[in-house]
Amino acid sequence: MPEAEFTSYYGRPILKAPVWKWDIAAYLFTGGLAAGSSLLAAGGQLTGRPALRSAGRVTSLAAVTASTVFLIRDLGRPARFHHMLRVAKPTSPMSVGTWILSAFGPAAGVAAVAEGAAWLPERGLSGLARRVLPPVGHAAGLAAAVTAPALATYTGVLLADTAVPSWHEAYPDLPVIFAGSALASGAGVGLIAAPVAQAGPARRMAVAGAALELYGSHRVETRLGLLSEPYRTGSAGRLLRAGRALTALGVAGALLGRRSRTLSALSGAALLGASVATRFGIFHGGVASARDPKYTVVPQRERLQRRRAAEG
Amino acid sequence: MLPDPHSLSGPLDPAPEAGWTDAPPRMGFFTDTSVCIGCKACEVACKEWNDVPGSGLDLLGMSYDNTGALTANSWRHVAFVEQSRPAGHPAGVAGAGPQFLGMPGAQPPGRAGGAQGRTDFRWLMMSDVCKHCTHAACLDVCPTGSLFRTEFGTVVVQEDICNGCGYCISACPYGVIDQREGDGRAWKCTLCYDRIGAGKTPACAQACPTESIQYGPLDELRERAAARVATLHERGVGEARLYGHDPGDGVGGDGAFFLLLDEPEVYGLPPDPVVTTRDLPKMWKRAGLAALAMAAAAVAAFVGGSS
Repeated sequence: MPEAEFTSYYGRPILKAPVWKWDIAAYLFTGGLAAGSSLLAAGGQLTGRPALRSAGRVTSLAAVTASTVFLIRDLGRPARFHHMLRVAKPTSPMSVGTWILSAFGPAAGVAAVAEGAAWLPERGLSGLARRVLPPVGHAAGLAAAVTAPALATYTGVLLADTAVPSWHEAYPDLPVIFAGSALASGAGVGLIAAPVAQAGPARRMAVAGAALELYGSHRVETRLGLLSEPYRTGSAGRLLRAGRALTALGVAGALLGRRSRTLSALSGAALLGASVATRFGIFHGGVASARDPKYTVVPQRERLQRRRAAEG
Repeated sequence: MLPDPHSLSGPLDPAPEAGWTDAPPRMGFFTDTSVCIGCKACEVACKEWNDVPGSGLDLLGMSYDNTGALTANSWRHVAFVEQSRPAGHPAGVAGAGPQFLGMPGAQPPGRAGGAQGRTDFRWLMMSDVCKHCTHAACLDVCPTGSLFRTEFGTVVVQEDICNGCGYCISACPYGVIDQREGDGRAWKCTLCYDRIGAGKTPACAQACPTESIQYGPLDELRERAAARVATLHERGVGEARLYGHDPGDGVGGDGAFFLLLDEPEVYGLPPDPVVTTRDLPKMWKRAGLAALAMAAAAVAAFVGGSS
């Protein structure tokens, strides 16, 4: 691609780069992991695969807890995190996300706590809890699974609904990438935690998630013209390439390792690593596009020229 | 009541849309850069009135601009653009963009080296400020309700509500609103909400010695600006153009708009800003589709195999 010509004010950026720190990129991963593993848990619960159920539920609670920590840590005023709960605004993906998390988090928490029922003594009050917890956990697990797809995909809108050029223009693809990444990371948990006899659904989830993730990443790296460049170069480019390689390894391992617990677990770890790399790659690509005035000026100039040409 | 079809983009009167009844006329700024002398009285008056902290001494090597950009601690920013043009450059053609001609000496730039290499020179100065967009992305995406639309149609941050999530900062297509270091919250021009509520002129406009910054009802300012452009064109300043005045533009028109003498990006302004939330319905639709695909994939993974 020839070097784009454009003018700027002393080469300074026009936009303010996102002030979000690495916590938000990490949250993109943990939020997706929470969603993916709660789907895995619900599937395990409904089809009688207890290993998938308990690993999914416990991972989901851990990941949603980490998500909350990352989100609050990133605030300029962490003590005011509850101000998010003052309003519900459909024009603010962050507000929508707050409410999705508020619905998902407690459900995932109850489902995970219910996993501990079997360890309770059989007598007295704890005996009652031992009998009551499993059905409550089942209901909570299903509630979490119903909310999970929203939790995994709203983050695509969260990034796209900004002036950050390479995030905004990628709006059709970001939710697809994040949905795929969430499925693949949930599947990764299943491959690590479940015996091979129960891991069949996790393998298929890994393939579906990888397909969505690779399709979406390919689109943002090729479809956006100049605005694809930040996803192919620098640290974002390296991270996305690493994500793609790990995804390929993970899927190959998941398919070839049907009889090997070790190979399955390794491919699960590769899928989790792929999800981390992809999320950080998408995050850094957007930040890079906000820092260079080229990505603000050139596409807007081209849009203006097209409009003027159309007007004659 | 159905929402206004222009509630996310297009021409709109923002205060009634935000729920104000009997709102006063929309107020704004018209900044005429053709008479700006770069004195920075606006920057100083703004800091004094609004008690904005200093940002330290920073020599940027960008002509007389040591402010650099609109930030949490600079709600007015005077840009200095130095342009050399070949002598006899015809009027009406924009210059070649900014170019630093060295620190000012005793003689005008371009005169020291003898006749050879002598150029015409012009100095563009422009006092930038929050645009108080008709469709303000910062306000749309604020998850706490800290940013709100005033009865004057302006956009203001409530600092007792802001929790520093930073979403408004990524959403602003002009790069105006910013997080204050050591404070964590987002800050920007309020169009002196306290002053205009009491019938006074905002501090920057009050301090401007050349009436480059004009404050008033937006309708009136737009008329005045159109007349000013016509006058300048008559006088042979063909490059004069308005920026942010058009209610049909990507942000529904700015509450603070400008008369410029070159392309917007020369001053550090985006040439064709669009409010990001214009595409939000399409974004939610795509997310919904992706969520359905995800749910379907999970279901298929559990029912679609033999193991």
